[in-house]
Amino acid sequence: MESLIDALLWREIISSVFILAGSGFMLIARIGLLRLPDFYIRMSAITKGGTMGLGLILTGMAIYFNQPDMLVKVAVIICFSFITAPVAGHVIARTAVHLKIPFWKRTDLREFGTYMDECKDCENLSDEEKKPDPGI
Amino acid sequence: MFAISLYIAIFALSICLIMVAIRFAIGPSLPDRVTSFDLFVANMIGIIAIFTELTGNEDFIDVASILSLFGFLGSISFAYYLMKSIR
Repeated sequence: MESLIDALLWREIISSVFILAGSGFMLIARIGLLRLPDFYIRMSAITKGGTMGLGLILTGMAIYFNQPDMLVKVAVIICFSFITAPVAGHVIARTAVHLKIPFWKRTDLREFGTYMDECKDCENLSDEEKKPDPGI
Repeated sequence: MFAISLYIAIFALSICLIMVAIRFAIGPSLPDRVTSFDLFVANMIGIIAIFTELTGNEDFIDVASILSLFGFLGSISFAYYLMKSIR
């Protein structure tokens, strides 16, 4: 009986440590969201810190419940968020580049200029390719 | 003690929600607001997970999984239609 109570206590301790660490990661990411000067630097802070915090919180919850079905659901959510958060961040940052959102004034843009020149050629090509099929 | 740490975590996530709302209000461009919308969803998943642990009711975790699906769809569709509006 005593060992069972002890196991519950240890589960609670490990779970609360995981959850407090995850909330700390999310809090740091949100402070970065408010403080950093540029949209792209903000994206870099958010997509890493927020995803890590969410994964830690969900892992702590799975440790507390200690059941197989709960573990499977939490693993599904963690896998999904770890796959989709970088994809969403990349797509939104690419859209921001095409919308010409201004960079921070101290950003080194020398190599990025050549990339943008190549990118303009790619856009012209894709426009020519896209014009014959307006059905979609 | 366990409940107190969970309350502290929920308090921290609520402060996160307030920060995201401030960025949503003052965000100088549209992609800032789209990102803030994505972060609202991530924050709510965290709050739902902690609330599930606090109450011991296992049904709420389905809400979190559905919410993670819809948050991804929201940000991707915003980015897609923004790209379409440029051309």
